[in-house]
Amino acid sequence: MSELPYKIVIGLEVHVQLATQSKLFCRCSTQFGAPPNTQTCPVCSGMPGALPVLNREAYRMAVRAALALNCEIPEFTKWDRKQYYYPDLPKGYQISQFDLPMSQHGHLAISDPKNRFEPKRVGIIRAHLEEDAGKSMHDEQAGTADSRIDLNRCGTPLLEIVSEPEMYSPEEAKAYLTELKLLLTYLEVSDCNMQEGSLRVDANVNLHIPDPEAADGPPIATPIVEVKNMNSFRAVERALHYEADRQWEVWQESHQRLGDVPKQTRGWDENAEITRGQRSKEESSDYRYFPDPDLVPVVMSAKETAEIRNQLGELPAALRKRLEETYGIKPYDSDVLVNQGRALVDYYIELAEQCGDGKLASNWVQQDVLRLLNEREISIDDYAVRPSAFAELLAKVQDGKLDTSRGREVLAEMIEAGLSVADAMEKLGIAEVDDSELVELCQSLIAANPKIVADIQAGNLKAAGALIGQAKKQNPNVNPSRVRELCIELSSEAS
Amino acid sequence: MSLSASDVEKVSLLARLLLTPQEIEALTSQLGQIVEYVDQLGEIDTEQVEPLAHAVELVNVWADDEVRPSLPRDEVLSGAPHRDEDSYLVPAVLGD
Amino acid sequence: MSLLKKSAVELVSLLRDGELTSADLTRAYLNQIEEHEGTIQAFLHVDREAALQQAEDLDRRRAAGENMGPLGGLPVAVKDLLCTRGVTTTCASRMLENFRPPYDATVIARLKAAGAVLIGRTNMDEFAMGGSCENSAFQTTKNPWDPERIPGGSSGGAAACVAAAMAPLSVGSDTGGSIRQPAALCGVTGLKPTYGRVSRYGLVAFASSLDQIGPLAATAEDVALLLEVLAGHDPLDSTSIDAPVPRYIETVRQPLEGLRVGLVTDHLAEQLDPDVEAAVREAVRVYESLGANVEEVSLPHSRYGIATYYVIAPSEASSNLARYDGAHYGYRTDESALQAELAAERAAAQSEQEEARLDTPLVRMYRKTRSEGFGAEVKRRIMLGTYALSSGYYDAYYLKALKVRRLIVEDYRAAFQKADVLLGPVTPSPAMPLGHFKDDPLGMYLTDLFTVGANLAGIAGISLPCGQSREGLPIGLHLQAPPLEEERLLRAAHMFQTATDWHRRRPDFVASED
Repeated sequence: MSELPYKIVIGLEVHVQLATQSKLFCRCSTQFGAPPNTQTCPVCSGMPGALPVLNREAYRMAVRAALALNCEIPEFTKWDRKQYYYPDLPKGYQISQFDLPMSQHGHLAISDPKNRFEPKRVGIIRAHLEEDAGKSMHDEQAGTADSRIDLNRCGTPLLEIVSEPEMYSPEEAKAYLTELKLLLTYLEVSDCNMQEGSLRVDANVNLHIPDPEAADGPPIATPIVEVKNMNSFRAVERALHYEADRQWEVWQESHQRLGDVPKQTRGWDENAEITRGQRSKEESSDYRYFPDPDLVPVVMSAKETAEIRNQLGELPAALRKRLEETYGIKPYDSDVLVNQGRALVDYYIELAEQCGDGKLASNWVQQDVLRLLNEREISIDDYAVRPSAFAELLAKVQDGKLDTSRGREVLAEMIEAGLSVADAMEKLGIAEVDDSELVELCQSLIAANPKIVADIQAGNLKAAGALIGQAKKQNPNVNPSRVRELCIELSSEAS
Repeated sequence: MSLSASDVEKVSLLARLLLTPQEIEALTSQLGQIVEYVDQLGEIDTEQVEPLAHAVELVNVWADDEVRPSLPRDEVLSGAPHRDEDSYLVPAVLGD
Repeated sequence: MSLLKKSAVELVSLLRDGELTSADLTRAYLNQIEEHEGTIQAFLHVDREAALQQAEDLDRRRAAGENMGPLGGLPVAVKDLLCTRGVTTTCASRMLENFRPPYDATVIARLKAAGAVLIGRTNMDEFAMGGSCENSAFQTTKNPWDPERIPGGSSGGAAACVAAAMAPLSVGSDTGGSIRQPAALCGVTGLKPTYGRVSRYGLVAFASSLDQIGPLAATAEDVALLLEVLAGHDPLDSTSIDAPVPRYIETVRQPLEGLRVGLVTDHLAEQLDPDVEAAVREAVRVYESLGANVEEVSLPHSRYGIATYYVIAPSEASSNLARYDGAHYGYRTDESALQAELAAERAAAQSEQEEARLDTPLVRMYRKTRSEGFGAEVKRRIMLGTYALSSGYYDAYYLKALKVRRLIVEDYRAAFQKADVLLGPVTPSPAMPLGHFKDDPLGMYLTDLFTVGANLAGIAGISLPCGQSREGLPIGLHLQAPPLEEERLLRAAHMFQTATDWHRRRPDFVASED
């Protein structure tokens, strides 16, 4: 980044749908994908006379998330109406939180296993609960002048998490989002599925440029641009790269600073790989917030908050550290494992405990288990081999009774045919070779290959490889490393 | 604070009303009078007073997270001024 | 004596004892409506067949030995802002002229469960904004005592139909006096319960922190009967109070020993009609004669009540009425006319900037729909509330009003240290002639001076007849009690009604019937 003539400054606003069964202020289902307008009632369709009642579980989930983000939870919080007209907002206002949000002043620690940036804390300004809007759909192809409105999503609980503008590269922004998503899925407060819209990201971006006229003074800040419509973390990264380049070009031409022009909103065009200016809503800034008279405040004592904090469970950062300390694996490996989710970590821990070698377990889980899960798009719960059976297999590898490639064959058989380690080995014709039998075999090979023996004796230990090949031909079950060991030993004895 | 016709016009857009020039004129004077009357609240020293949004100060009213049946779609859409088989129809929201 | 002159309590007992059928009773009221509705215009909608159908069903069920509930076949009129499944609920607005809610308000469900016959939907000021019924988009209800005068509002139809003996019981709503003021002007008894005592679920909102549903009837006893049905906790209303409902009907006849009555001196000052003041002073003597202790009390901030109310209520209303935008239900402007209008404006635009400033079709749809669907008073309040909440004015108006609201509540708390009930006039004068406040909205607002305090403080208040003016128009007595003390109010009101007969007086056309 140091080679760039500017610093990019990024703040993220993330909206996460909470994983409640019912909506925030009514009891309609939040299930994704239902036919349009089949999950609405007088409350969420904004009918005259209908009144909201707060979903307790939504509030509890929001507090869990806020606590995990190290936020302060004030004792008193209330609900406000944010007023604007839009057809996917049938009441003409969104129930949200304005001046007294349910949480504020937190942070999220991020780091990069590839060391592209230093580990850091990104500040969280606030996290608050609000209701989602419905969806408006416009089919330009159809050529009609109308938009269609579906209110199914209207009223789904959303947690809005607003970061400080403290990310200085698209990579940091992506790491923040990845860690945030992981944290929220560990907490089981959201499925964070971006395709289904349960996690949505808006970015506020501008540049800080050293002031050529005051080298020691504060940098020049360019106008902040809000970027929307980014449908994956990769899109966020690319949109931010694009936007930084674009803003630098604009700066060179216009020299517009923060405050010179109104805040601009731009949308990321995934296909064209550019951001495009969006028409700003007139008088959109005057939301006329005021306390919602249909709802009462929430008061939560420090004691109640502490109880929820105690029930948070182990969060990703702590879990990585524990895996590294307990099982001796590297940060890169703990990161890979923890990023797969709690169920896989539990699997790993059980395996590591049972086989007693955390590194070996980590290698097998990462190389063999994860590959299969990805190929088949299944979760660890559907993985056919339980840790106890897996540990049994790894014990044989540890003892040298199976080499890694034979071990893989056994594992494949265990998965495909649902066999135990012993049955799979039997099916593959893998019998454990008795050591005396192995000595006999090696002796016969030494006798039959004087040239190789001479090479070995001359110090060319690699020559033993040829003997291993011959041994495996005679008996495929021999452990190659043991054969090598024995052959070298016997060669040196032979005179 | 006094109220001008242009204030009234701005507020009318915010309130999504479309007023005739006659209405703007009448409202400028009527709202002006009312606002002037309301300005007497300024006489009261409320420095030390907490705002009161509800006369009955309840807190922590919840519902359990249990799904109840939604309305049948045709009942929800029955009052829609303009609809198709499954959605409300409104003039295009593009660029708005 | 005519059935129509009997009290609701008497009628319920006749029904219960099988001496009267609900169908006969309902028919009697329907006939009364038919006869006088042309003059009074209390109802926006009466479905004779549907009402008789309900009555006959109830009669059948009673014959089969079922318990009919506390209202057991008694007709009840409801203000046309209580959502009733499948029944047009207009709020007296063009905006909702054809709106049929797919659900029942909680009070409607309670009335049905209590065996009420829903006899008709009463007229009101549009969206409950007004004090005369002249803001109804459909008709102006007339005062049964003098059809040249207003019945009051916004529950004007609700009060007028009781006064005209078109229904024994009536349900209204009160945001700044909308039950008590028309009750006073029409000479009936009307109670605004404590905020949260009656569920607001399904009440089309005007100002959510002030709205409260309540009963109107001829007597305190009848009001007690209906309140007991309406009141109670509702999990669908977050602001509903979870407290047991007393048996009002059991206790209403018990006099209050050593009742401390606080005469609100601030309400006897300026601009009070001399007949009203005389009637209120006479009421004080009545209470003294009943053994009550009357003491003068002051509500020093009550003179700021109107200013406070006319910030808070329009602010909430501007938000509550945002949903009427033509998108999902209710009125929508003609779209082809709208498109033509925009096309003409585009053609006339002198520059690109001018064209860019034009409304989009969606924004124009909202603006035309709302301008055509709402009447003048509703638009005025939406404008006022939008202004009060808009950026730069929030602190000076809305926040300031919330602070003064607390001072008003504290005044009441202090006053209730000295008195069990507060006594004063309901209105500054008896019913005004129709059209009196045309083009003088502030003048109209000022007549709410004595009633808005109870809404701002969330306390209970009742209006009961306490005299007549020289012209023979009813005058109302206002009693207020601390939160959840409806029982005290009803007992105090009944005491008064045992010593006076103002509540039995009816307009000539009713009194002369037999």
